[in-house]
Amino acid sequence: MSSVPSINPSERARLLAAYPQAFHRSFMQRYGLALIAGGILVYLVACFFAFQIGPAFANGRWDRASLYLQDWYSWRAQPRLRFEDGGTVRPQWSSRGQYPAGANIDWLQPAANGGYTVTYGSRDDRLEITPSKVDVYLGGTVYPVTITADAVTAPADAPAAIQQDGTKVIVSYGFEGQAEIRTGQVFVQRRFLGWSNFFFDTKSQFWGRSWGDLAYLATFGDRLDPARSNLSHMRDDFLGNGVWQHADILSKLMQTLVMAFVGTLLGTIFAFPLAFIAARNITRNRAANWGMKRTFDFLRSIDMLIWALFFTRSFGPGPIPGIAAIFFTDAGALGKVYAEALENVDDKQREGVKSVGASPIAVNRFGVVPQVLPVFISQSLYFWESNTRSATVIGAVGAGGIGLKLLEAMGTNADWDKVAYMVLLILIVVFLFDNLSTFLRQRLIGERAH
Amino acid sequence: MTAISKQNNGGLGPAASLVMQHYQQQLRTRRIYTIISAVVFFIVLCASLKFANDANAGKFFDRLPYFFDFILNFVPNSPLEIIRAMFDLPSPYADGSLKYNYTIDRVYLTNGFYIPHYFYQLAITINIALVSTIVGAALAFLLCFFASTNLIGSRVTRWVVRRIMEVMRAFPEIVIAGLLTAILSIGPIAAIIAITVHTIGALGKLFFEVVENADMKPEEGLRATGANWFERVRFAIVPQVMPNFVSYALLRAEINVRASTIIGAVGGGGIGEVFRLAIGRDHAAQTYAIIILLLISIIIIDQFSGWLRHRLTGHQSFEFGRGAA
Repeated sequence: MSSVPSINPSERARLLAAYPQAFHRSFMQRYGLALIAGGILVYLVACFFAFQIGPAFANGRWDRASLYLQDWYSWRAQPRLRFEDGGTVRPQWSSRGQYPAGANIDWLQPAANGGYTVTYGSRDDRLEITPSKVDVYLGGTVYPVTITADAVTAPADAPAAIQQDGTKVIVSYGFEGQAEIRTGQVFVQRRFLGWSNFFFDTKSQFWGRSWGDLAYLATFGDRLDPARSNLSHMRDDFLGNGVWQHADILSKLMQTLVMAFVGTLLGTIFAFPLAFIAARNITRNRAANWGMKRTFDFLRSIDMLIWALFFTRSFGPGPIPGIAAIFFTDAGALGKVYAEALENVDDKQREGVKSVGASPIAVNRFGVVPQVLPVFISQSLYFWESNTRSATVIGAVGAGGIGLKLLEAMGTNADWDKVAYMVLLILIVVFLFDNLSTFLRQRLIGERAH
Repeated sequence: MTAISKQNNGGLGPAASLVMQHYQQQLRTRRIYTIISAVVFFIVLCASLKFANDANAGKFFDRLPYFFDFILNFVPNSPLEIIRAMFDLPSPYADGSLKYNYTIDRVYLTNGFYIPHYFYQLAITINIALVSTIVGAALAFLLCFFASTNLIGSRVTRWVVRRIMEVMRAFPEIVIAGLLTAILSIGPIAAIIAITVHTIGALGKLFFEVVENADMKPEEGLRATGANWFERVRFAIVPQVMPNFVSYALLRAEINVRASTIIGAVGGGGIGEVFRLAIGRDHAAQTYAIIILLLISIIIIDQFSGWLRHRLTGHQSFEFGRGAA
């Protein structure tokens, strides 16, 4: 800080002598911040060792991490090329194959000698597979991998992309995929950007058609199924997609939204009248105030999770326990907030209404409600927003909705693209609802921030 | 309409009665709109309820009579059982099953001294919440200055930082926890990172709103002495916003205790998971023991954090901190 104007020593000494109290700082003022920061640092280091964070990261399956993260935005075709007795190779797909039976796949072509050619992106990166030998082409160079009855051996001069793993050889082509060469088969994994068969699965008549073709079918084309129009046919096929389960996911998402909406609404309706009983300045009965406030505290302190598990036991899995859990916690939380807002009202308006001889109900209706309604509404809208988020998590413990679906998809460890799809849906919905609630708040109570 | 205007003509002049007519007209229109929106609202509510009931495994009215069965059947053998379950004491009802074998879960620190299982799990849950709050608040603190209009001139920077925070806020925690569990195996770390990410997003938003409302005069003074951006933020903005920041961070700590319980139940360990297992296996005494523990601990934490907030921020009252949750 060279820009600070200097002060001569005699003047400095004079100031120090004249105003000692201004320059003397207590021990806490001097070292408090450093002590607190040091304490927090010590605590964090202790937790680092107590939770064994170092070893956990060291033992983490980071190879899996990259695989799972790639699965978010890309898909893998995984045929197994089995070696037949006649010296030929036969591709075999799992039940979740991304291609219909007998489809012509451009990267998996039968060779003239009964083998198969698997292309990874370009002609320079490919596998020429026969039951006795696999020619691995990496960047145009060929490395022959020999296969005997009990072992597969990679050539000695093989680069790092070709790994000998016991009796197997693993060839890695980076993002494009990999291949495991075993004695009886080659397990090919071929990766492509995007989500496979997102709109139509292979059973659908619309599978594999271009956008233009689909647009033509939707507008002018002849009916593929005489019983229904092409558009509704497409909709049915889209919703009935066996791999992506759009119908199920969308209805689960709807359940989550319904849980948040109904739970918050019922909580609001319930808390509104009771808050008047809890507010000290409205109900002049200490026992009633105290009882009501403790009721709110009880509802609030028992966690949403406990309510959710509890109601799941009673009503079975589904949105009802979710609604009930959100309702119970929100009734408590909103009741508390509402009561505080009521205790802060301006008394002049009530006096005015009272002075014309209005009944107690009318006093509250015209003297209190207009003041607190904006606060009530904006708080309820905030709760609605946050409950839309909480409902996702609550769903995962057994109350229905998209949370459960997410857990199921994550449990298989193979459906990360579906997880990504659901996360995207949740993000879109949360942003929509944030904006909707902001819009409603501005429409209903103006620009005043609460 | 005419009746009303005639009534009022007695006491009002022609101009005033016209105003009165208009007023009545307005009132009627408003009432119609209110009724229409209430009806629409009611229809939406009924449809939602019907949808929820159809989607549920057990139907609401079918299950309602049995609802209390569960509560009535879910009673521990004696109130003392709850205490025994809480402190892992041997139970007189022991029959070899897990239901009454409380002693099996003891966490021995030394040969004779043990921590009751549930206390140990509760400590894990609370520590997860604390670590996430500290780390999340620190990172939100670093980020928030780059999102506020009064400190950052470039729109692009602000936009990027705000969107990052928004995504962190909205990204479902269980997905982060699930992904990390798949990579790092089961343990508290997945929960810590998941809650930390959410905390950064939630606190970042509150923080930059506080920064935007800060008084810019000290900043101007520092600018006049030629202080650079970091010095201006450090000596003009930070001292002003720190009380609010601390208070929001404490509120967040309260919320994070609840969040780490829930994440635990979904598969992150801690008291949440123990609780889910207990209620799922019908262990009444253990369930009540955990509920009581959770209740007491949450009340204590909330009270303590409230006391600390008031001490640190000089009785500034804040809205109940759910807005950015």
